[in-house]
Amino acid sequence: MAITLFLVLLVFLWQTLYWTGVSALGWWKPYAVPSPVGVTQSFINLCKNNALAEATINSLVRGITGYLIAVIIGIVIGLLINHFTYLQKTLKPIVLGIQTLPSVCWVPFSILWFGLSTNAILFVVIMGSAFSIAISVDNAIKNIQPIYKKAALTMGANKRQMYINVIFPASLPEFVSGLKQGWSFAWRALMAGEVMTTSKGLGQTLIMGRDLADINQVMLVMVVIVIVGIIIDKYIFSIIEKRILSKRGLV
Amino acid sequence: MALIIKGLNKHFSNSEKATLNNINLEIKDGEFVCITGASGCGKSTLLNLVAGLEKPTGGAIFLDGNEVKGPGADRTVMFQEHGLFPWLSVIENVKFGMKLKGLPKDVQEKKAMYYLKMVNLENYKDYPIHQISGGMRQRTALARALTMDSKVLLMDEPFSALDKQTSNMLREELQKIWLETKRTILFITHSVEEAVYLGDRVVVLSQTGHILSIIKIDIERPRHVYAPKFVELRHQILEEVRGEAV
Repeated sequence: MAITLFLVLLVFLWQTLYWTGVSALGWWKPYAVPSPVGVTQSFINLCKNNALAEATINSLVRGITGYLIAVIIGIVIGLLINHFTYLQKTLKPIVLGIQTLPSVCWVPFSILWFGLSTNAILFVVIMGSAFSIAISVDNAIKNIQPIYKKAALTMGANKRQMYINVIFPASLPEFVSGLKQGWSFAWRALMAGEVMTTSKGLGQTLIMGRDLADINQVMLVMVVIVIVGIIIDKYIFSIIEKRILSKRGLV
Repeated sequence: MALIIKGLNKHFSNSEKATLNNINLEIKDGEFVCITGASGCGKSTLLNLVAGLEKPTGGAIFLDGNEVKGPGADRTVMFQEHGLFPWLSVIENVKFGMKLKGLPKDVQEKKAMYYLKMVNLENYKDYPIHQISGGMRQRTALARALTMDSKVLLMDEPFSALDKQTSNMLREELQKIWLETKRTILFITHSVEEAVYLGDRVVVLSQTGHILSIIKIDIERPRHVYAPKFVELRHQILEEVRGEAV
């Protein structure tokens, strides 16, 4: 309730600012400043031919596909660098370094290798999130309390049983928050990729707004990107996290 | 002859002096042996070596003639900090070791319930670990350890993180359970009273990591802490530990 009221207030303030600064006093150029009314107009226009829904769904499908591939790659790399001391010493610093690269840096490669295609976008998404997931898998396993492993060892656990019955469940809470962070990286990387190509999606709709000098459309797409981000965080990851933590009495 | 410790040495690479020096000890089947000593005497290290969680720098440990090379289900440990898994319920924790062994589900269930009854937790079997008290957690850990049918049960100060009242209650229960099950137990404790209460023999370690003395506790069970003989033995051992501590 409080947040709805706050949002209404914020929109009202924004509109007032627009009227004063753009319409009344002429401080700012109308093509450079969006307004709530303009964004709503833009929303109605883009809803008419389902363009916005289509773009959102395309982006989501692409984002989720790339993310799932990144999760698999991330888990494999994470397990490998965790398990083998040699890789921990050699490969991990490199993975850690690559993880700091902004995902836009992968765009030139992706276009050269895959052209202006969906695969190019997927490539950027994967490179943008797989390494952060790998690092979080490694950390999650490292942060397991040693007593769990000790207890299992003195009950005769072999390596396979240790992974299935101890390491996986014990690292689950931290692993899920790593997955959540991986998703936010993937979603951002997706936009970096989509902005570069012409496949229909939110990123491309945003760039189209720029090309048409329609600042309201740009703003609208930004709002949609944020909303989708919030929904996925709140209705998928937070629920999973809460369930895991409450079962263990951690919340 | 169940457990034989022969000329055992442990010297951690980051410390100047050896933690354990020439430890020789034989524990018979069904015997309850307590190891005590001032803090820092290496009693927990000794247990970790027997458990196979640490490697000795000299000497060896034999269990039924086989040299101990690493951890195993024949030497289950009950830890000071229960070591239960927070993602499992009480009964699932108790079944954990049996599940690793691959015992049939109905056997697991039967055995888990048998030992849960023994530690008076049958009504809490489906509780998550975070909803039971510290004493109940240690009882769950005890039940879990008992289901393993280990040749030797290793206990690393299992009651010392609990309040005095709970810890006294649990040691009484452990005495009862030991009388019922006659397990071979190696029990580490800093409390001389606990050692005299529980053990057939009490091994006192010195600060230099030697065995200072081994005292036979010739008191009928169930024991009472106010019995004259108990008080006398406790006093004798306490003097030894104190005389040692600097």
